[in-house]
Amino acid sequence: MTSLTTVPAPIGEAASPPGASRAERAGHLLQQHGAAIVLMLVVAVASLAFDGFASGGNLANLAVSSSFVAILAVGMTFVIITGGIDLSVGSQFALGGVLAAWASQYGWLAALALPLAVCGTIGLAQGWLIARTGMAPFIVTLAGLLGARGLMLAVSDEGSNTYLVKSSTFAEFGQGEFLGLAYPVYVALVLFGLGALLLQRSRFGQNTFAIGGSEDSARLMGVPVARTKITVYLLTGLLAGLAGALNAARLSSGVTILGVGMELDVIAGVVIGGTLLTGGAGSLSGTLAGVLLLGTIQNVINQIGSLTSAYQQVVSGAFLAVVVVVQRYLSRVQRLT
Amino acid sequence: MSPSDPAVPDEPLIEATGIVKRFPGVLALDDVSFDLRPGEAHALVGENGAGKSTLLKVLTGVYRPDAGSLRVCGEPAAFSGPMDAQNAGVQAIHQEIGLVPLMSVARNLLLGREPRTRLGLLDMRALHRRAAELLEPYGVRVDVRRPLRSFGVGTQQMVALARAVSVDARVVVMDEPTSSLEPREVETLFGVIDRLRAQGIAVVYVSHRMDELFRVCDRVTVLRDGRLVHTGALADLDRLRLVSLMLGRDAAEVRAHGLTKFSGDHERADDAPVLEARGLTRRHQLHGVSVTVRPGEVVGLGGLLGSGRSETAKAIAGALPTDGGTVVIAGTELRRPTTARSTRAGVALLPEDRKAEGIVPTLSIRDNIALAALPALSRAGLVSEARIDRIVETFMTRLRIKASSVQQRVGELSGGNQQKVLLARWLATGPKVLLLDEPTRGIDVGAKAEVQTLIDELAQEGLGVLLISSDLEELVEGSDRVVVLRDGAVAGELTGDQVTEQGVMAAIATAPATPPTTEPAAGPGAGEGPARPAEDAPSPGED
Repeated sequence: MTSLTTVPAPIGEAASPPGASRAERAGHLLQQHGAAIVLMLVVAVASLAFDGFASGGNLANLAVSSSFVAILAVGMTFVIITGGIDLSVGSQFALGGVLAAWASQYGWLAALALPLAVCGTIGLAQGWLIARTGMAPFIVTLAGLLGARGLMLAVSDEGSNTYLVKSSTFAEFGQGEFLGLAYPVYVALVLFGLGALLLQRSRFGQNTFAIGGSEDSARLMGVPVARTKITVYLLTGLLAGLAGALNAARLSSGVTILGVGMELDVIAGVVIGGTLLTGGAGSLSGTLAGVLLLGTIQNVINQIGSLTSAYQQVVSGAFLAVVVVVQRYLSRVQRLT
Repeated sequence: MSPSDPAVPDEPLIEATGIVKRFPGVLALDDVSFDLRPGEAHALVGENGAGKSTLLKVLTGVYRPDAGSLRVCGEPAAFSGPMDAQNAGVQAIHQEIGLVPLMSVARNLLLGREPRTRLGLLDMRALHRRAAELLEPYGVRVDVRRPLRSFGVGTQQMVALARAVSVDARVVVMDEPTSSLEPREVETLFGVIDRLRAQGIAVVYVSHRMDELFRVCDRVTVLRDGRLVHTGALADLDRLRLVSLMLGRDAAEVRAHGLTKFSGDHERADDAPVLEARGLTRRHQLHGVSVTVRPGEVVGLGGLLGSGRSETAKAIAGALPTDGGTVVIAGTELRRPTTARSTRAGVALLPEDRKAEGIVPTLSIRDNIALAALPALSRAGLVSEARIDRIVETFMTRLRIKASSVQQRVGELSGGNQQKVLLARWLATGPKVLLLDEPTRGIDVGAKAEVQTLIDELAQEGLGVLLISSDLEELVEGSDRVVVLRDGAVAGELTGDQVTEQGVMAAIATAPATPPTTEPAAGPGAGEGPARPAEDAPSPGED
């Protein structure tokens, strides 16, 4: 064939009109950093409006109370990016707390290891069912939600038995402070850092995006789909166990009524942070902003003495609805360009 | 790039022998053999249900054959999945690209093979540089950090191709690679194919566009009804011969009388057309298609798979947005046709895929029939049950629908009766024009004859019918006139004595000297002869 000498006509320029790319970039910015922008606005307004808000004590409090949701949200971000969902994290969080408190009688190592082992196993089992049998993540993790809560109730004699943390070393994990902030805050921050590295700069992270973006394509491109899915659910399990244990250490006991509905806060934080519920796009920096935003809204409503905390859920719900509508709009705009 | 292996030049890269693949109720491949030599471009052609896509899936590891052997580079191969095939050097470029649209071009290109730093993290700079290098030979100069979906289909396809070839491909399977490319991009693709071949990579090329086949390919394999019909050098065939092989009609001896249940020609009323579609245009699919149908007339729409037949019908019915063209129904122009508007104007479309686009299998016959007519049957949003019952009864008898009762669920009926239910639904709206897309596909012989008789009767009652059929015999005997489409444009119109199977095939095979369309871009007709050397035409001319 003689056309070897043919210089291929360049393609691509025509595909990206300059105007569209600006709109696209703006959309991208909003998608990625919308939560951070709103967070800054809310913080600025709250600092001006309430004297108590900007105080060190209040901010430290805000940070600690958000840190547990934040740890769960790290794992949830991975799960949602694959196009899945994990409803069981709230129950696993509660289960992890009770197990940690019970195991603390055998030392701090046992108090950490037991919840990690049990919740890790639950996560692994869920991941296996989702990846290998093709069952819907919603159903599998709904079963996990019920199962983990049942297990927790069984361990605590229907919730009548509250285990106290026996190891003071272990209690220190939750209560100890460094520079005025409790340790769980640092744990959450470190996990966010590691998570972001894993998500953006590792093959595992690439595979997560690929599966959520198009599972069939990912499979054709040789992505180990099942292994990656199992790993993300294992990750959420481990993180839920860890967060539960830290919370037990902080409260010095395994409180059985915790974690009900917590999975929804976690999911809301992730989605508000710009991760697409349909999978394929998202970031941990966004998730961090989303979780902090929810925490800040709660904190601000607490500052307004006349409103009960129930209104926090109203505001969070409204916010979530707005974010999802904006996401849909943005993805439509981007598809058109 | 893949190392070409000059050691054994004539050993086939792929040798499939006696492949059999069965699906419930269908023998998709029956003792099919196929071989692929290094550096050749091999056309794989066939009509709907020929087994083409099944064969592709066997070659690319998606399906496992029930019998027969597959050898890759002389080694026996049993692919357990697409990954296995890819590892053996068989890469496929699918119509639906097969990449992840939300990820960046660079990440798509190098997914699974990303350059990493000493810490095991992705080396982003190297990733982007490497991606740009990989795309260079394909003439794609884009910002590789942007998501794939922000680029056009042509670019996406080149990215897919670059990825496939860079993963050490020895065989590249291209399934309809030009279906959504601009002419300029098609040229680039052909250049790339030539370069692949020079490297000893073999290309399996699937396309319905004759010009492309003759331009790009050396050899051709024709499948029909799951069987191997022909394999050999493309230069030995002319277009007509190739078309007749695909359609299963011997060009020399087309039977004079058929076995279908159509009566002779209908009385050709010289009334004003009930349907007049002019210059229907849709990017990549339709290029100025015009069709007219008069009351009482059956107009056939012929052409190969992918020639734009279904798209024409859908465009008329408002089910497919068009970029240009007008549809006039009984003298009234449809402005911005939607399915609701065209139904009101009197257009009824029986879609090709009745399961997906037509019947509601879980509803009863009665409810299925009443569905489209509901707006007409209801008054102020209330539906008269008695009127529905009356209409349903009428059509049950008239169309001879065989069912235990009107309450039977449509999903339980045979294909032929489902088709009649669908027909009844549309007739209940009192249409002026019927668009029938493959009305007898997948239904048994007896029911087929009944449906054909029905079409005949309906036309005699004054309906205008547009009939699409891949069954050449059905098309020719059922139609008073046949409009033949080719690559989304009208290739010819046959009337009276010209309406023969041979006439249809000839119209498909030969490109018209002057394109009958309003497309100014159309090139200098694509020659009438057999194979032409690849380098001659400056542009493929095609739409």
